[in-house]
Amino acid sequence: MNIEEIKIIGGFNKFGESEKVTELVVKRGEIFGVVGPTGSGKSNLISDIEQLAQGDTPSNRKILVNGKVPDVEMRRDPRKRRIAQLSQNMNFLADMTVEEFLIMHAKSRGMNSEGIVDRVIELANKLTGEPIEKDYNLTILSGGQSRSLMVADVAVISDSPIVLIDEIENAGIKKHEALELLAGCGKIVMVITHDPVLALMTTRRVVMRNGGMTEIIETTEEEKEVSQRLSEIDSWMLSMREKVRHGEKLNLKDIETPAVSGN
Amino acid sequence: MIIVAGTPGAGKTSVMTHTIKQLLNKGNKPAVVKIDCLYTDDDARYGKLKIPTLVGLSKDMCPDHFAIYNLEEMAEWAEKEGVDTLIIETAGLCHRCAPYTKNSLGICVIDATSGPNTPRKVGPFLTSADVVAITKGDIISQAEREVFRERVLEMNPKCTIYDVNGLSGQGCAEISEEIMEAKDIVDLENEELRHNAPLCVCTLCVGETKVAKKHHRGVLRRIDGFTKYIGE
Repeated sequence: MNIEEIKIIGGFNKFGESEKVTELVVKRGEIFGVVGPTGSGKSNLISDIEQLAQGDTPSNRKILVNGKVPDVEMRRDPRKRRIAQLSQNMNFLADMTVEEFLIMHAKSRGMNSEGIVDRVIELANKLTGEPIEKDYNLTILSGGQSRSLMVADVAVISDSPIVLIDEIENAGIKKHEALELLAGCGKIVMVITHDPVLALMTTRRVVMRNGGMTEIIETTEEEKEVSQRLSEIDSWMLSMREKVRHGEKLNLKDIETPAVSGN
Repeated sequence: MIIVAGTPGAGKTSVMTHTIKQLLNKGNKPAVVKIDCLYTDDDARYGKLKIPTLVGLSKDMCPDHFAIYNLEEMAEWAEKEGVDTLIIETAGLCHRCAPYTKNSLGICVIDATSGPNTPRKVGPFLTSADVVAITKGDIISQAEREVFRERVLEMNPKCTIYDVNGLSGQGCAEISEEIMEAKDIVDLENEELRHNAPLCVCTLCVGETKVAKKHHRGVLRRIDGFTKYIGE
């Protein structure tokens, strides 16, 4: 089944009032943002989509795929699930090696695991500083390594037409590259973010307040220009972050002329 | 009859309170028996639902054995209370037995944060369950959730798995459906366990405290794998 669109039918906010946004359709190829203060229900919106809620979650939202209620199997069985989620929870609790974990995950998705471990690790190591080895125990991975591994896992193993991303900016990894890797082409991508650079990379964004969707904002031409400028500043910041990371000293000259090319 | 078992702290009571709310909405009249060892205040939690609630403390006896030995009493009590469904929640100790009987609905509640090796360690209360409710999945990544689920299926390929959130109650609607569809036990007198209780009738079980070999009686299994029975 090709997934052309998902439709979110609004439910209730935290006070039991109907959501202002009663219907939201996200189409294939779109990167859609979710913004709002902490505690405003962004993660719940994403998890409603992940579970393909049918009025059975506290928000009472319903999620339609291609205009229809998805069948029970698609909701329940990871092999039939067409949704990849990258959540904020990135601490591994599984007492296994990276290799064992990736093979098990591929199996749970009904995939042939040949060559998969190497592919995931190679991608992950492009996003993080200290390389991950396949015989590392998952629980010793740092925050950045865990996130990178999950991004690569989503890109390779949970490669799905719907991708949900929760606050990738907190990861300490290369977020632009990560988003590009995850978005691929022709996917539906929803990304929760407080980061103006990522928020303005989306075509539209929904504003959350008190557990409800209150407004949809289209990214304007002016905002796209702002986004361009912010990206430059961001890569300038990143270049200095890398210097600090590699034990170099910064001086006043470093902040006089922003290095536009970055990195 | 519904028998609920699971690892301590997995959220059995939370899952069941949400499930019972769903049952009440559907017009079903349930009663709950909570079996624990030393202490429980879960009867207060169940009591808030205004349904008949009974507590059994097994003290120094295995709570699962205690539950099984008291099945008839519990069934009689539920009948007197005039309920449709009897839910027995048992604490479980060593996880080597399964308190489920052949015609009850066996629900296993297991905590995803305990790591994907746990399904291999807990034995028949997982492997012989009809329904497995996996809790706390919201605090781990999707990938880890899927790996955990795969391990559960390796251990019990026939079970139906539900991802359940004990706080919000998400997933409990499906469990209440399973309960509504569960068959009745018509002949409790001839009802049998799905899996035998662990092989551990020994002098320690009845209160012996001496550790030396010469005091050992009953089914004895040595670390080298040798098993024998000493006694009458």
